[in-house]
Amino acid sequence: MSQNNPSLDALLARDYEHGFVTDIESDRLPNGLNEDIIRAISAKKNEPEFLLQWRLKAFHHWLTMTEPHWSHIYYPPIDYQAVSYYSAPKSKADAPKSLDEVDPELLATYAKLGIPLKEQEMLAGVAVDAVFDSVSVATTFKSKLAEKGIIFCSFSEAVHEYPELIEQYLGSVVPYTDNFYASLNSAVFSDGSFVYIPKGVRCPMELSTYFRINAASTGQFERTLIIADEGSYVSYLEGCTAPKRDENQLHAAVVELIALEKATIKYSTVQNWYPGDKDGKGGIYNFVTKRGDCRGSNSKISWTQVETGSAITWKYPSVVLRGDNSIGEFYSVALTNNRQQADTGTKMIHLGKNTRSTIISKGISAGYGQNTYRGLVKIAKSAVNARNYTQCDSLLMSDKCGAHTFPYIEVKNPTAKVEHEASTSKISEDQLFYLLQRGLTTEDAVSMIVNGFCKQVIRELPMEFAVEAQKLLGISLEGAVG
Amino acid sequence: MLNVKNLHVKVEDKNILNGIDLQVNAGEVHAIMGPNGSGKSTLSNVLAGRDGYEITDGKVTYLAQDLLNMAPDERARAGIFLAFQYPVEIPGVNNMYMLKAAVNARRKQQGLPEVDAMDFLAMVKNRMRELKMDEKYLSRDVNSGFSGGEKKRNEILQMLMLEPQLAILDETDSGLDIDALKVVAEGINALRSPERAIIMVTHYQRLLDYVKPDFVHVLSEGRIVRSGTAELALELEKLGYSWIAEEAAE
Repeated sequence: MSQNNPSLDALLARDYEHGFVTDIESDRLPNGLNEDIIRAISAKKNEPEFLLQWRLKAFHHWLTMTEPHWSHIYYPPIDYQAVSYYSAPKSKADAPKSLDEVDPELLATYAKLGIPLKEQEMLAGVAVDAVFDSVSVATTFKSKLAEKGIIFCSFSEAVHEYPELIEQYLGSVVPYTDNFYASLNSAVFSDGSFVYIPKGVRCPMELSTYFRINAASTGQFERTLIIADEGSYVSYLEGCTAPKRDENQLHAAVVELIALEKATIKYSTVQNWYPGDKDGKGGIYNFVTKRGDCRGSNSKISWTQVETGSAITWKYPSVVLRGDNSIGEFYSVALTNNRQQADTGTKMIHLGKNTRSTIISKGISAGYGQNTYRGLVKIAKSAVNARNYTQCDSLLMSDKCGAHTFPYIEVKNPTAKVEHEASTSKISEDQLFYLLQRGLTTEDAVSMIVNGFCKQVIRELPMEFAVEAQKLLGISLEGAVG
Repeated sequence: MLNVKNLHVKVEDKNILNGIDLQVNAGEVHAIMGPNGSGKSTLSNVLAGRDGYEITDGKVTYLAQDLLNMAPDERARAGIFLAFQYPVEIPGVNNMYMLKAAVNARRKQQGLPEVDAMDFLAMVKNRMRELKMDEKYLSRDVNSGFSGGEKKRNEILQMLMLEPQLAILDETDSGLDIDALKVVAEGINALRSPERAIIMVTHYQRLLDYVKPDFVHVLSEGRIVRSGTAELALELEKLGYSWIAEEAAE
């Protein structure tokens, strides 16, 4: 067999499709991080005292911490003083009340990304809380949701409108002391999304936020908080694309989910931040802390992620299975191409009785990409009859990429049942040739095989996201068999 | 339609084909027979454009194009179909989805619009009935969990749906029981037309009882050592390949 397939090499050279920069004046704080900057962020957002104090505690704690280096990723040292910690589009001052008031250039940016808000309003029934840089600029379907008592707004708005909910739940899943990046985020977070689903309400539509980084060297510190009250249901979609940049951009988001008794939260992510060029120049550093707390009995939290972007991905969406009979799920596709590195996985912490968790992880490595699955399944002494099923599959597309699996299992209760399956395979020349012989282009053939490999995860995504994710997997596979 | 001239092929420094000459015209059915290791499968794979074969000499023209310069998918879209000896399983890829993508790739090449989903389904179901295939295979993953015979039928189903100009069947008869062989043969016969050509690569005569070839070629040590009509296959059946080898050595 020959080592190189010329058409695959051509695919390898393809550029990031979403690389462009919108020219919008930014309201931007000077680079650097100190107490004054944090006070300035808080003052700009007109925050209540409790939040400022919380930020400051987080900042002082962060100063005592050091950047973690246990993950299987390598990057030059980050100068945290060279980052601007706040950037908002100017139009924020007179916040738009409808899409008509939104900066047309912003809308054009979304259109380029293939996510025209107006069309989505009508066609997809998706309420979009769009985060552009750090401030929400467009919110739709609010009134329809309000009828059901559902709150879906920007985090800043929630701070003003529902401070008691924020004070009660903020940091209750990911405390400000949790880890280096979570502490940093707690100190400087700019905005994000807030969702509250009242008791017994089934959210009638998929809630969606599109994140986007725009201003140069602006850290993106999103904070998302979702509370599903007793017996409620919500499906939340998060998708991101970012314009092309030469400098590395730091992104440290925190997502907290709280599911009370019999509540279900489904959280889906398609992550397509700029991955850097083929030599690894530029690209987003994505250090994310995502955690859900199945606080009530019979509650359920399900994470589904398709990670194709970022130069570095460091994230472990986790579930604390506190309530008896609660269920945690993690479905993940992580794709690394060129010089991308991903260290991702999950933690399933079983505390309650009869708790169950499922982990399905699909890693795809191409080019020089390094892909690590890191997962912890912890069965506490209190977790009688806990169950876990873990399946980790890796697909290698070249002979220069890497796949690594680090499963950690801690069992303190003898009634536990924990299963782990893992496989690593190389994309098969036979499969590729079979599809080529049927007339598919190399691009379509690779995409088809990879999507087949990821099917167990893709089918967990809501319909409109599944289509986008499949397309994205194809687009992101700029490298292949080598 | 297909003109192979003095084709020499190496695999990992070993000469496999040592000067093949073959002329296939539209409307013709050719059978290529020969013992194991004579180069039959290599010829099929080289015509379809599989990687890993080094062409050291010769020329292949297909519909006035230089075939050896075309990528495998270009050849497929230009109407060359290979029914695989060992069809590969592709987990997670739906059989019908793949088939539809293949049909549309070919249609796009011909400047035709994509096939309507309902029409497509009706067409496939028709073809499946002819091949006595259960419809459940449509919703399965490509060849996954199919028996040997089911895989071969699935190849013929794809062939009938793609309506190739030139179909190459690589040992399609191997591993089939007599009933399946008849069904597969009917499928091949259904494809016969004055515009198409078929090359059947086979070890045994029995497929030729059901699909009567216009020409039979005997391959030995990478060369066509005998060419003739259907009678040649019967002779072979009686006398075995050693007869040919001896004759070639003389």
